[in-house]
Amino acid sequence: MTQQLPVTEAELHAYVDSLLPETRRAEIEAYLATHAEDAQRVRVWREQNHALHELFDPVLGEALPARVRNPALLRRMRPALRYAAVAAWLALGGVAGWYLHDYDTAKSVDAVAFARQAAIAHAVYSPEVRHPVEVGADQEAHLVGWLSKRLGASLRVPQLTAVGYQLVGGRLLPGSRGPVAQFMFQDGNGQRLTLYVRNGAGDSKETAFRYAQERNVSVFYWLDGKSGYALSGEIDKAELLRVAKVVYQQLNP
Amino acid sequence: MDGTGRDFVQYIPRLRRYARALTGERARADDLVQDALERALVKFHLWQPGSDLRAWLFTVMHNVYINQLRAQPAGITYGLDDEAIQVATRATQSDLLEVRDLQTALLRLPEEQREVLLLVGLEQMTYQETAGVLGIPIGTVMSRLSRARERLRALLAGSAVHSTLKVVK
Repeated sequence: MTQQLPVTEAELHAYVDSLLPETRRAEIEAYLATHAEDAQRVRVWREQNHALHELFDPVLGEALPARVRNPALLRRMRPALRYAAVAAWLALGGVAGWYLHDYDTAKSVDAVAFARQAAIAHAVYSPEVRHPVEVGADQEAHLVGWLSKRLGASLRVPQLTAVGYQLVGGRLLPGSRGPVAQFMFQDGNGQRLTLYVRNGAGDSKETAFRYAQERNVSVFYWLDGKSGYALSGEIDKAELLRVAKVVYQQLNP
Repeated sequence: MDGTGRDFVQYIPRLRRYARALTGERARADDLVQDALERALVKFHLWQPGSDLRAWLFTVMHNVYINQLRAQPAGITYGLDDEAIQVATRATQSDLLEVRDLQTALLRLPEEQREVLLLVGLEQMTYQETAGVLGIPIGTVMSRLSRARERLRALLAGSAVHSTLKVVK
């Protein structure tokens, strides 16, 4: 029989926790066979591990409470932190979280990035209570004139009252290809939708309606020549589509 | 981004399991997880892509937990709430008293020993990973683990003698 190293307390624990190399494991077993007191301690420790799993493993199967999975928890955060946090949160979902219909060209990658930026902007500003927009609907003419000038395009704001949404106002945002406009709408229950508009993105081929979803934010988006539009909301797909069709018809008569 | 993103969400149940065992209370555990997730979101740029995301999340939660403990007035002990006992009864077919003993005994361990015991015994981290999460030397992990297991053994052996157990509110 080969000379065994002395068995340490740490090794007895490592034996219990299955953290020993196989050869040493066999040696510890041989040791325990002749040391009843240590064998008893090891047996109890192993039972403790087992009992901990019995007691707490059911937590793994529980439905997650809304407050630990819902990005709404972000709403309590200061706005300055919120943008980075929401961006990180959405990025965490990864590309896998998006329903991609076409992912084989640079343009569609660009379109997906556009939709994601729209979702992030929605998640950041739609919960805002005091400053949801920079310019309110009461100054609609000024709002449209200002954003048109900054985007270098003649913007139009769709009228969504027929589908239950009133204009709240809009704001200017930085986009990956220059300034972007965000218009916010709200229904009678305070449910908000945002329309994210960019211009001058080059000769994007016209795309059909595309749908993306990340966390609770659904987005319908389409690119049309130099312009791109994305309508975002935390409502179900069918309801959002209903509004998106109205937006599309009004902007592309 | 693909794998890690899904993993982040996948770790939430494990964070909850650990928090439940650590605090003994459902509501307090979810408070802890929620605070830890918010902290992780704010600090996400500090995470090194490619490093162990699970270890990082547990580290963040450990730091949040320690800060919460420091913020508490000394002398407050947390008893078992009803939900914890309900979970326990679902968890095992064995006698409720026995289960309650384990939960109670756990809560009687010093925080530092309980953390080590749970990271190793429940979360099944290596000693090295546990040392990293708690920010302590591996030798300290081993001594705390040893004391935790022996103390738990003594507590449970003792409670077997006293068959009626009072839950401290």
